[in-house]
Amino acid sequence: MYPFTFTTARDTRAALEAGRNGGRYIAGGTTLVDLMRETVERPGTLVDISPLPLRFVTVTARGGVRIGALVTMTDAAAHPAIRRLYPVVSAALELSASAQLRNMATIGGNIMQRTRCTYFRDVTAACNKRDPGSGCAAIGGFNRTHAILGTSDACVATHPSDLAVALTALDAKVRLAGSSGTRSVAIADFLLLPGATPDREQALRPGELITAVDIPAHPRPLRSGYLKVRDRQSYEFALAAAAVALHSSGGVIRTAKVAAGGVGTVPWRLSAVERHLIGRRPSTRLWSSAAELAAEGAKPLTHNRFKIELLQRTVERELRIVGGTA
Amino acid sequence: MPIESPVPAAGEEYPAGLSRRTFIAATAAAGGATASGLLAEPAEAAEAAENGRVSLTVNGARHATTVDNRTSLLDLLREHLGLTGSKKGCNAGACGACTVLVDGRRVVSCLTLAVRLNGADVTTVEGLADGDLLHPLQQAFIDQDALQCGFCTPGQIVSGVGCIREGHTGSREEIREWMSGNICRCGCYPKIVRAVEQAAGRK
Repeated sequence: MYPFTFTTARDTRAALEAGRNGGRYIAGGTTLVDLMRETVERPGTLVDISPLPLRFVTVTARGGVRIGALVTMTDAAAHPAIRRLYPVVSAALELSASAQLRNMATIGGNIMQRTRCTYFRDVTAACNKRDPGSGCAAIGGFNRTHAILGTSDACVATHPSDLAVALTALDAKVRLAGSSGTRSVAIADFLLLPGATPDREQALRPGELITAVDIPAHPRPLRSGYLKVRDRQSYEFALAAAAVALHSSGGVIRTAKVAAGGVGTVPWRLSAVERHLIGRRPSTRLWSSAAELAAEGAKPLTHNRFKIELLQRTVERELRIVGGTA
Repeated sequence: MPIESPVPAAGEEYPAGLSRRTFIAATAAAGGATASGLLAEPAEAAEAAENGRVSLTVNGARHATTVDNRTSLLDLLREHLGLTGSKKGCNAGACGACTVLVDGRRVVSCLTLAVRLNGADVTTVEGLADGDLLHPLQQAFIDQDALQCGFCTPGQIVSGVGCIREGHTGSREEIREWMSGNICRCGCYPKIVRAVEQAAGRK
């Protein structure tokens, strides 16, 4: 680990000032400290934001939920309103990492976490995300766990967050504070496709700070859930995952929100699946025909062709679990 | 005279009066002072900002010290405070061998920067027993024979204490899921689960 200076921000203004001067925010630290030790990350200054008043969950009368950026994964998952209204969020969180890491890691940090691509973590390997212009060792290398959707010639690394997949399905927004005030960005716009600049991962302006995540009120109550498929049953990143939220009335699906994890360079919204579901009656056959559309546009690499069928089956199974067959 | 190596090679004697463990701790600390500034040198001005003061409670005892900002809680415990119960397995948050309780919650001490722990209350495996009376989960690990090599055991036990406090012991499946952050390469999982069950009062 390279030496760094350390400062603790007592309030948001102090944090933003330190951020403007090039300081790197640290909350749970579970990604950042790990990557600093690997020398993938080399911040000159760390700004501890843990004293900031961002440990709250507020629920609006209409069912919108605001989760403060410093709420731990443990506390967000266990929050009664989140469990009741958006079980897909609680499930995505509790299927992530380990109990110890969930006690440390925060909601803001979770959506900022960086890829688990082994070449990104290996400072001797070519990686455009870590070292722009150096190439991508994964494209011609061992790429079984890499992305099949949203890839570019520069990068095929998956986004590692389960929470971000659930938030993508729910049209969540990221609240940001900066020197020119606050703004709100849809999570789908916040997390950037790699394109030619995979080192740029979020639509953050210099010094901006995540203050909260907003799950908007959904006019129709949703049944929701998260399914994660991986090489071992627990404490592992997804090979494929599905976040599903549905509302049916009169025997017909009125709202369908579906996103996939473990397969995209960013959480992948499955719009074709959603369109196929809306206006139709739930049935085993419908789940299967909808899921066939899940891997539309997929570009498999040498070792991850299996993810196409795995994604389809994961989506189908979670549609069946959430939607039932009534 | 041969060039001195910091740790005796296999078969060599440790210096008189030092066990292997204290010898390694002593050399690690001395090495740290020059290599990474682990010891609190009253720094030169240029380096001053790369150290920080931290005051915390470990197993009921107050400690105030200056650490290099890079020092993990795990290294603070093992190399500064001589508490070598918490183990350094992966040093990357992937194995759980370094699990301790910070303010009552289980965390991995390898990914916790010591300089951030001002005012924190830390409990390590050394702080679980009440004098000679073992913590019920320590006793359960003995009763259930829940270890072979023992390297992961301190982390397993502290994590298990956290798991029981959190109430995630409703079934063997629930214990397995909520203990999944602790890897045991000897594969003692069935007995570890039974030990957590025993201490949770499920049997």
